[in-house]
Amino acid sequence: MASANTAHAKTQFGYRRHPDQDRSGANVAEHSVVVVGAGPVGLSLAIDLAQRGQRVVLLDDADRIGEGSRAICFSKRSLEFWDRLGVGDRMVEKGVVWSVGKIFHGASQLYQFNLLPEEGHKRPAFINLQQFYAEAYLVDRVEQLPEIDLRWRNKVIALESRNDGVALTIATPEGSYQVHASFVVACDGARSSLRQMVGAEFAGQVFEDQFLIADVKMTAAFPTERWFWFDPPFHAGRSALLHKQPDDIWRIDLQLNPDADPIAEKQPENVRPRIERMLGHDKFEFEWISLYKFQCRRMAKFIHGRVIFAGDSAHQVSPFGARGANSGLEDAENLAWKLDRVLRRLSPEGLLESYHIERSAAADENIRESTRSTDFMAPATKQEARLRQAVLSLAEDTEFGKRMVNGGRLSVPSVYDTPLSSGDRDDWRGGPRPGASMLDAPVTEPGGGSSYLTDAFIRQGTRFTLLTFGNGADVDVPEGVGTIRVGGAGGLVDAQGLAGQRYDAAPGTAYLLRPDGYVAARFRNAARPILDAALARASGLN
Amino acid sequence: MALSTSSNFAKPDDAFRAIVEAHRGLTDAQSADLDAALVLVLANHIGDLDVLREAIALAKRRTLDASQQQQQQQQ
Repeated sequence: MASANTAHAKTQFGYRRHPDQDRSGANVAEHSVVVVGAGPVGLSLAIDLAQRGQRVVLLDDADRIGEGSRAICFSKRSLEFWDRLGVGDRMVEKGVVWSVGKIFHGASQLYQFNLLPEEGHKRPAFINLQQFYAEAYLVDRVEQLPEIDLRWRNKVIALESRNDGVALTIATPEGSYQVHASFVVACDGARSSLRQMVGAEFAGQVFEDQFLIADVKMTAAFPTERWFWFDPPFHAGRSALLHKQPDDIWRIDLQLNPDADPIAEKQPENVRPRIERMLGHDKFEFEWISLYKFQCRRMAKFIHGRVIFAGDSAHQVSPFGARGANSGLEDAENLAWKLDRVLRRLSPEGLLESYHIERSAAADENIRESTRSTDFMAPATKQEARLRQAVLSLAEDTEFGKRMVNGGRLSVPSVYDTPLSSGDRDDWRGGPRPGASMLDAPVTEPGGGSSYLTDAFIRQGTRFTLLTFGNGADVDVPEGVGTIRVGGAGGLVDAQGLAGQRYDAAPGTAYLLRPDGYVAARFRNAARPILDAALARASGLN
Repeated sequence: MALSTSSNFAKPDDAFRAIVEAHRGLTDAQSADLDAALVLVLANHIGDLDVLREAIALAKRRTLDASQQQQQQQQ
């Protein structure tokens, strides 16, 4: 099988000895944060922390970026996060932009959906991009940041929790060494060895159906849409998915029988006829073939003393819905600002508990959504199959049937029910409520250039920021809080009226945004005392 | 809105008859398919998850009661 990835991006990195390895006993190196695992989540977290001024040691047990496309769908929210990290443009330039999905039953189309049916957003609903590209671009960014010390072939083999941190024993090609960290963030994937080291369970549901992923290289005229089939003519009785990636690579996902022999099914000579039936020709090459079963499970607690779990190490979902990598990235953006504040002693350590509250609820939501999709694709009983058949058949001529067909509900940011939010006290008829992520909208710079609210947020340094509307009186903003003014003298111009509409704005309306771009509180009139109270609450100070 | 269990049809016999007749001439499997589709159509028409849950609970209690009675008779 071709490993074409090496032709496009740097994927091989060298082990280098670090002076920490010469220290031992009472002399071991002290670090504030050690991130374990240089996948998309660990890399993004390290960059976010570094951009906030934290020094980060990032360990990875390999010395290369993993083969195969693996995660391919990156959401609007993930792209907005990556914009903050300075890598969004590169991801979008390389990625395949899409927002339309189509669902087929047999040979006929049941319906199509558009995940971003409105204009006026900087980023599309999704891009498709092979995970190795995302990782390579993130590594390039890491290399620009002297705060990050990325150590390849450094494998954590032991972990000892202490009151003030964690002692890690790390194996390298030149033997093992120890470091001490105030906090360790485990981004070491679904088979997390750190999770085992803290003795945490990883309970949940295993699905028996097997799925075959084949990434094939071909030139094809299919549109850049997500196509999902129930019971297609080329794969009777099962489901199938077709999705475009960069470099003329197409992701094909085929549901297999639960009793299919995984070794035999993976052989290219056995996969080829299936794909030929699907495509109607044999002009393709295999890029990657993988076979998997679903698991939906999560840790009971994402925080174990000073060891914090993020991404697949903390939760695992079925892949239909693009909820794996995207939710891991949401973990990273949720954690970075909180950890930064705790390390700077601006907030008590208890602020981190909100990471567990917010992101474990998000994991539950992702597990629930992806379990429902999986159950719909692979009904467990005769009666479930019968109900599904009824939905598919009703979908041919009813609107409600179409809406019930579940070929994967794609990742959207969770709305947090969180102690960091201040509840609404004013009247609102729309706009993102406290706990929801900020909405993008097009604006015109005072000087005339066009940009977006998400750009303005980044320019404020992705700290607590007050977004204000209209010709309201100048708000007395607490120290350290950024401001974005829409309307009024010197403010951004809401030329299309979309910003005001999306935020249900009237003159004087103000939204307090958290450093991760989520709404902490909103006010029709942002008087200083209620603003201070909301800020304290969102900082974990009361 | 709560689940209505008072009699809503002017002619309940006509309603019962309409459902019975829909199953006439069908195999058991076809009948089960018909019921599945009918449940979904009616559930959507109700359009209220609380009412649907109440309806499920009411129907399910019957099924469980019946199976418990059967078990007791066997003992």
